[in-house]
Amino acid sequence: MHIHKLEKYWLVFGIILLGVFLTVLGISAFAAGNQPASDADLIDPAKVHQTAPFDKPGLHKIGDNEYELVMVAQAFTFTPGNVEIPKGAKVTFLVTSPDVVHGFQLTGTPVNMMVVPGHINSLTYTFDEAGEFLILCNEYCGTGHHMMATKIKVVD
Amino acid sequence: MERGVPVPSIGAKEARLAYAHVVISVLAVLIGGLAGLMQTLIRTGVIPEVFGYYQLLTAHGIMLGLVFTTMFIIGLLYALLAKSFGRFESFPTRVAWLGFWMIIAGAVLVTIMVLANKATVLYTFYAPLMADPVFYIGLVLFVVGTWLSAFAMFRMYADYKRENPGVHPPLPAYMSVMTMLLWVIATLGVAGTILFQLLPLSLGWKDTVGIELSRTLFWYFGHPLVYFWLMPAYIVWYTVVPKVIGGKIFSDALARMAFLLFLLFSFPVGFHHQLTEPGIDPFWKFVQVILTFLVVIPSFMTAFSLFATFELRGRALGARGLFGWVKKMPYGDVRFLAPFVGMLFFIPAGAGGIINASHQLNAMVHNTLWVTGHFHITVGTAVALTFFGTAYWLVPVLRGRTLTKSMNRIGLIQTGTWAFGMSIMSYAMHISGLQGNPRRTGPATYFSDALTREWIPYHIAMAIGGTILLISVLIFVYSMFNLSFLAPKGEEEFPLAETEEAAMETPRFFENWKLWITVTFVLIAFAYTVPIWHLIESAPPGAKGWVLW
Repeated sequence: MHIHKLEKYWLVFGIILLGVFLTVLGISAFAAGNQPASDADLIDPAKVHQTAPFDKPGLHKIGDNEYELVMVAQAFTFTPGNVEIPKGAKVTFLVTSPDVVHGFQLTGTPVNMMVVPGHINSLTYTFDEAGEFLILCNEYCGTGHHMMATKIKVVD
Repeated sequence: MERGVPVPSIGAKEARLAYAHVVISVLAVLIGGLAGLMQTLIRTGVIPEVFGYYQLLTAHGIMLGLVFTTMFIIGLLYALLAKSFGRFESFPTRVAWLGFWMIIAGAVLVTIMVLANKATVLYTFYAPLMADPVFYIGLVLFVVGTWLSAFAMFRMYADYKRENPGVHPPLPAYMSVMTMLLWVIATLGVAGTILFQLLPLSLGWKDTVGIELSRTLFWYFGHPLVYFWLMPAYIVWYTVVPKVIGGKIFSDALARMAFLLFLLFSFPVGFHHQLTEPGIDPFWKFVQVILTFLVVIPSFMTAFSLFATFELRGRALGARGLFGWVKKMPYGDVRFLAPFVGMLFFIPAGAGGIINASHQLNAMVHNTLWVTGHFHITVGTAVALTFFGTAYWLVPVLRGRTLTKSMNRIGLIQTGTWAFGMSIMSYAMHISGLQGNPRRTGPATYFSDALTREWIPYHIAMAIGGTILLISVLIFVYSMFNLSFLAPKGEEEFPLAETEEAAMETPRFFENWKLWITVTFVLIAFAYTVPIWHLIESAPPGAKGWVLW
């Protein structure tokens, strides 16, 4: 099939650009480990409050300045709320939901994941600066959706 | 193979069928637009919540994302087929009307449930939010109605091919069938989750629902849906706009190939909407990210063909230099200006889409107002403006009236207000979304957090943009009323371009539907079999349904 010469150049240019872009994404994902939140752990949504570690939600120290923040997202609150975290801490967020789908977004950071009943989701983030962060629900979960938020205080 | 030549005019019966669909789409624009404006005003606190915010949001999404688009598209495609094939036989016509009434019945049931506040689940109705069973039944009727429309069109196409052996059906007809084929294959996913998961759950036949499976089936439909909106706009860009500027179609064969590639590349990509979700292996997410980006190829082909058409026409009119054609285009003609402005908006819109679909960049924008801004310039501007520009000649054609100079001028004003309002609104959405401002959220203060206070000016900008957009909607609705009932009777041109004489012969294998449908399903199977098997095989205990409004 005949394709105009300039159109060939244009398509080759586009396909090369595509290749470069996908290579960058692939290296970032598989060599540098920047994968999106994709936890595979399962949980019974009806028994969240009785299942470890969600029976004791909170900030747990697991290493030298390394923490696990176990959190339940439930219409229309995050438990626990108003958590204080030491500066420089590496925190792994473990979140699940006993009811509907929620969002978990730490504003101004790439910590952004879906909280789906039946699944546990997780992401790790290091707090290099002191200050306040807002966690908000960014997936519609009912009429109180826009009230669903809490804060993280990073202290020296 | 020869190419079929479109016949000159549309019969009265065919016109009535197409017009009925267009009328419903205009009504949907009016209701959806009002709901949209009220949302922006509620978020700034200018008006109190008369209807619940999320109820309005549900209505806005259903009216504009489902009823307006689908009805306008089906109406436009019937008109294109009537223009291409001449009279419709009585059997497909009856099926087409049955489909129309089924769609209406479905849309009415859905609307009643939303107004009664029994289905405030937004237009994405994510499980395990549980609406009234009647809402899901309405959706089923709507979808099955569109399947009847698709069947009617396929039958018309098959009849034409049987009566004209050895002839390529005209390009607009080929593109129309491709569009409806994409719709039918896409809606299989959403039909699956409604019929086997959500409807049984809301009727109480099932106690729980598997949420990730439901979301995967939804997004298997949800992304091709975007191409179902875009492809009819592309039909207008490829076949109508060249005629309006006095030019010809750059290449019939490449246009057909672009549409074929849109069909193939639209499906195996739904996971890029689920990048931040648990339970799906990152490897399969990445596979679908790669497949998502392949659509760049037909998009680049489309961009080349359109600008080649503009340049060829500009040169024929004496333009010189690389961009001399820019001065020669008929900007005073709404039939050109509206789709052309839509195309311009599609350039940043496409770039934004690449960001959304990226494996990691998505984390910054996922579920923020950035995404809302993105689809307000894709479907809300590129597609909607093309449809508006089309309606200005289509409605007079269907009603046997003419597009007068004064109505053309009003159309230009409407195009300008739409582009202006959408620029303000989508800019505010993109910028505050990048700062983390979430989408689909009522009037939120978040403890008057310092960061969220910075979003207030953007919400005001959205309300100003929304107000300008509603003015544009009102102008559009008036124009359609005028062109339906008041404009002088006469014969308005149905602008369909011919192909450039130097263009190449159209190969026969584009017509091999069995082959292309098979390839489509092979690609779908490649991208979805393993992850869906995984979602079923290692599924968590299901979640029960919730009514949280």
